[in-house]
Amino acid sequence: MIPGAFDYHRPKSLGEAIGMLNDLGDDARAIAGGHSLIPMMKMRLASPSHLVDLKGIGDLAYIRAEGGEMVIGAMTTQHDAIASAELAAKVPLLREAALQIADPQIRYVGTLGGNVANGDPGNDMPAVMMCLDASYEIAGKGGSRRVAAREFYQGAYFTALEPGELVSAIRIPTPTAGHRAAYEKLKRKIGDYAIAAAAVVVTLAGGKIDTASIALTNVGETPLLAGDAAALLIGQAPDKALFKKVGDAAAAISEPASDARGPVIYRRKMAGVMTERALARALAQTA
Amino acid sequence: MAKSHIKMKLNGKDVEALVEPRTLLIHFLREEVGLTGPHIGCETTHCGACTVDLDGKSVKSCTVFAVQADGAEVLTIEGMANADGSLHVLQEAFREHHGLQCGFCTPGMITRAHRLLQEIKDPSESEIRYGIAGNLCRCTGYQNIVKAIQAAAAKLNGREFKEAAE
Repeated sequence: MIPGAFDYHRPKSLGEAIGMLNDLGDDARAIAGGHSLIPMMKMRLASPSHLVDLKGIGDLAYIRAEGGEMVIGAMTTQHDAIASAELAAKVPLLREAALQIADPQIRYVGTLGGNVANGDPGNDMPAVMMCLDASYEIAGKGGSRRVAAREFYQGAYFTALEPGELVSAIRIPTPTAGHRAAYEKLKRKIGDYAIAAAAVVVTLAGGKIDTASIALTNVGETPLLAGDAAALLIGQAPDKALFKKVGDAAAAISEPASDARGPVIYRRKMAGVMTERALARALAQTA
Repeated sequence: MAKSHIKMKLNGKDVEALVEPRTLLIHFLREEVGLTGPHIGCETTHCGACTVDLDGKSVKSCTVFAVQADGAEVLTIEGMANADGSLHVLQEAFREHHGLQCGFCTPGMITRAHRLLQEIKDPSESEIRYGIAGNLCRCTGYQNIVKAIQAAAAKLNGREFKEAAE
């Protein structure tokens, strides 16, 4: 399989990349790890005339703490995120989810920025970022702006990104020390996209659930924040029957498609089961 | 579309070429350079038969453009043997432990295993299985592939390899 012809550009800075994307217009695509875009190009589902490779921009791959946030440069690979001791300690949910993405070869190349910006409902990081209430730094011609992950996703492959803009960094409010989190992903085989997956972040106070957030992967056109389901947890003691009720409430907002990963009724049910399991595992962890 | 001039260190040797930007690294290696060790299996980023080492990372060369490897160091199965021509420890272990049946996945398996053993010096069986999850063997010969990697790791760590009881 050979992709359509294109011109290749490798800008040295973010500003140069933004300039190119704006000058070249709709026929230009930015490429980060390329492991979503190149397969699309090989199948001729995408035929950009210009590729703007972000790999040469050195200062887009970093992980650092800034105030109360962990900031991750968009070109940070899944592999680098997994290897970061600081991320593992402060945002264990992210590492747990990254370990379940694709396979080693793809995690070496695939980037956090690409994963969140692509708008593919099968990607795992968008729901994780919604669950963590992260925001994205978006660079464009007129400077940069911030958009909350919870406001970013509009439809399959449709996001708040305007033409000529790039996600340059992800900002995650550092969860409280001692928070509980889990990502449960059901898949047909290792490396596959989720049949259904659920991310949960919970904090406890005096044995009762104090704060909770739940987000779902690949059971809708966008990742879904299960706000009403999470609200059922607040003020309650962790309990199996409660998790089941919350799982059912999360499943109720899912709108999966019927495809090779299963029929709607099954995937909706699994969205609930993943939520239930994620809660049970998160709340079984020692503080 | 303008061709791009690329340079890379391929199996320790400098290589320069003019390539169309759309040329995939696997096609460049096989058709331009004549290195047919890396195989084209699925062409859809699943099977790992095309795996090569690119700047210290295992990549599926069917999903990387040759221009993206400009300036990189690339290692293929052809570059694995020792300088005196004897087989690399991993190659020897795959032979010794029947880590190949039809052999189609083998170049990818060995280059991937090589990188895995750089990162985890003495991996457990489950670390090996997780570490080669991006490489498929259609003969389903995984038992012996895992065994071969364990044997190579033992040798590299100066240990005697003991097979687990079956």
